[in-house]
Amino acid sequence: MGNGAIALGALAAGVNLVAGYPGTPSSEIIETVSRYPHEGIHLEWSVNEKAALEVAAAAAYSGARAMVTMKQMGLNVASDALMSLAYIGVKGGLVVVSADDPGPISSQTEQDTRRFADFCRIPVFDPASPEEAYAMIQDAFAFSEKYATPVLFRPTTRVCHAYASVEVPDAFAPRPFEGFVRDPGKWVIFPRLSHAAHGRMEARNLEIGGDFSDYRFNTVSGTSGRAVVASGVSYAYVREYLKDRPDVRLIRVATPFPFPEAFMLRALEGVREVLCLEELSPFLEEKILQLAGRRGLDLRVAGKLDGTVPHNGENSVELSARILRGFLGGGPESGELDTSDAPPLPVRPPVLCAGCPHRASFYAVKQAMKGRKAFFCGDIGCYTLGNAMPLDMVDTCLCMGAGITMAQGLNHMNPDAVSFAFVGDSTFFASGMTGVVNAVYNEADMILCVLDNSTTAMTGHQPHPGTGRNMMGNIVEKVDIAKILEGIGVRRVETVNPLELDHAVRVIRDCAEEKGVKAVIFKSPCVALTRPSAKCAVDPGKCISCRKCIREIGCPALITDQGRVVIDANLCTGCGLCGQICPVGAIGGGNHE
Amino acid sequence: MNKDILICGVGGQGTVLASKIIAAAAMDEGSPVHSAETIGMAQRGGSVTSHVRIGPDAASPLIPFGGADLLLAFEPAEAVRNLRYLRKGGTAVVNTSPVRPVTESLKSSGYDGREMVAYLREKCPCIFVDGDAVCRPLGSAKFLNIVLLGAAAGAGLLGISTETVMERIARQVPPRFLEANRAAFLAGLEIGGANRP
Repeated sequence: MGNGAIALGALAAGVNLVAGYPGTPSSEIIETVSRYPHEGIHLEWSVNEKAALEVAAAAAYSGARAMVTMKQMGLNVASDALMSLAYIGVKGGLVVVSADDPGPISSQTEQDTRRFADFCRIPVFDPASPEEAYAMIQDAFAFSEKYATPVLFRPTTRVCHAYASVEVPDAFAPRPFEGFVRDPGKWVIFPRLSHAAHGRMEARNLEIGGDFSDYRFNTVSGTSGRAVVASGVSYAYVREYLKDRPDVRLIRVATPFPFPEAFMLRALEGVREVLCLEELSPFLEEKILQLAGRRGLDLRVAGKLDGTVPHNGENSVELSARILRGFLGGGPESGELDTSDAPPLPVRPPVLCAGCPHRASFYAVKQAMKGRKAFFCGDIGCYTLGNAMPLDMVDTCLCMGAGITMAQGLNHMNPDAVSFAFVGDSTFFASGMTGVVNAVYNEADMILCVLDNSTTAMTGHQPHPGTGRNMMGNIVEKVDIAKILEGIGVRRVETVNPLELDHAVRVIRDCAEEKGVKAVIFKSPCVALTRPSAKCAVDPGKCISCRKCIREIGCPALITDQGRVVIDANLCTGCGLCGQICPVGAIGGGNHE
Repeated sequence: MNKDILICGVGGQGTVLASKIIAAAAMDEGSPVHSAETIGMAQRGGSVTSHVRIGPDAASPLIPFGGADLLLAFEPAEAVRNLRYLRKGGTAVVNTSPVRPVTESLKSSGYDGREMVAYLREKCPCIFVDGDAVCRPLGSAKFLNIVLLGAAAGAGLLGISTETVMERIARQVPPRFLEANRAAFLAGLEIGGANRP
């Protein structure tokens, strides 16, 4: 996997510390490091991306090589640290891997990490394949040290989750490093220092742009007067199509910032028309337009800005082929089957797993608030899927941790409604705690629902501070969410089992009668981590086919077969929620009999 | 020899393991492999695909439309959804047992996969596998991925020897499930062998 290649590349580079926060498509990088021998390397899932970067920055100040991993929106969280760090610089190599997600396939935004590199004025590497990612991450460490700057490394989903064969050494060893040397004039940021650093960074970036102009992964093939500029996985798509069109000049940029100007000027010699095929933002396109303007090049530039390439969504072989056919005036069509006469297909929005305790938690709150005006603020994690019908229990979802503070805001403007915030355990630690302090301090009336399934489920079950395990393989003291909430001053903290429906409903109703910030911790482990002890079944003699179970909770294990409700034993985890809803007691078995 | 295989299904059906086994088995036989997976939110009951590209000619990890030699479909509607990937003359190995989405249960529109199977039959050479029926004696629908791998291998559609695939399965699955997986693979082999296109 591309993420594995990044991990192995970092190990080959002698990395001393790896930290990060899970996020698709980046999560497997740290998991891969943990699966290889990594003695002498500090490895951690940090509480969030900002923490990860700060831990790594101090390692780099100490002369160690450090890598931080996150998804692109994690970079927003870490940006406060990164922006200042760009001015301070590093001693040991520091590579920040921020995985972009064109589509988006599993993200809230289609932001572009290359823009962040430009914004922070630091270099960025953009691999096109797992093989390249392995080699380039090692180059990234070398550049980081050569220019004493943090470096961004930006794979996209199709690189992170693509597989290829990579040759790696038999053993890895972390590099020896000097240790931290006190030097306040270097490591303490002040306006005067930043003024001087800003000037140095711009001068240095010209130098790096020159260095990048001879970089091995910035390549040109063909000599035609018509050129295609591509980066990342789009370069692979273009190559896939151009197999049959050797008459096109293909320019590939692997280091978008600082822009390798000298390389591009050489590559564009004799070119009159250029098509920029890239994902997310028209980054290279704008750089080429700037270059053409400054150098007075007679060049037509096609891409996102003139409507040739869509702004949104990921590129594909087909899309690239269609655009190339238009740009080049004809070319081979794909030999696909005509499927325009296909029957209508069922839609498959992602849903909570069968037996997921979040379903029970949402349902309990829904039942408790029946007939009352209430708003439900969701957050980032599996439980965002509580928005799906028939639960329909997510009114807002913005970013990590926002559910808590938004429930507070809704309460201030809509005091007649009961405001709820839903947050998962990992998200609570990542960025929920400060929101609770804010709500308590500013006298909100709201109910915080912590959906504690003892893992970071959506991204692949990573441990977090509440699980009692860390990435060094150690058993550590569990950070107790109830104690944190009590310590903050939350008026009432209840812990319930969401699968005991009546009790959970009663507790929520009681909380809704009280002023202030109340918290209900719904504690039940993720079903992907536990083995079902028993399964539920419908007694066909008792079932009256009212379908209340399906209409109320929408569990994937509840299906209809020739008009009758049956339970798919392959999916059922025996949680017993449906049995507690059935008006005639027709569902038995499971954990609640 | 180049071979492009598109695997499709519903999140949770075990498509990723099937793709990993094919990719690793092809590498065991010395072929370069590129592959790509759907990971993340779509895994929760959404439509998922894996692209496996065996051989030196693949530049991109994704198969172009009209490029797949084999469509390995874990679900009939997903086979239809991804039929554009199959090249003319390519074969589809399809599990006929449908996965009904929750939204369908709410509507009771009665999606049962039969219409999809009939459509596929008209469109391309197909090997149909009644996944539920084959998996029942094996004790769990979790073996569907290995059954379908067996069917594709038995019909000679993987371009990898059945021994290599079986050795790979033995290395990738937990030892306590090895016997059941072997039985699943053999059941698939038999179906594939009897229905070679």
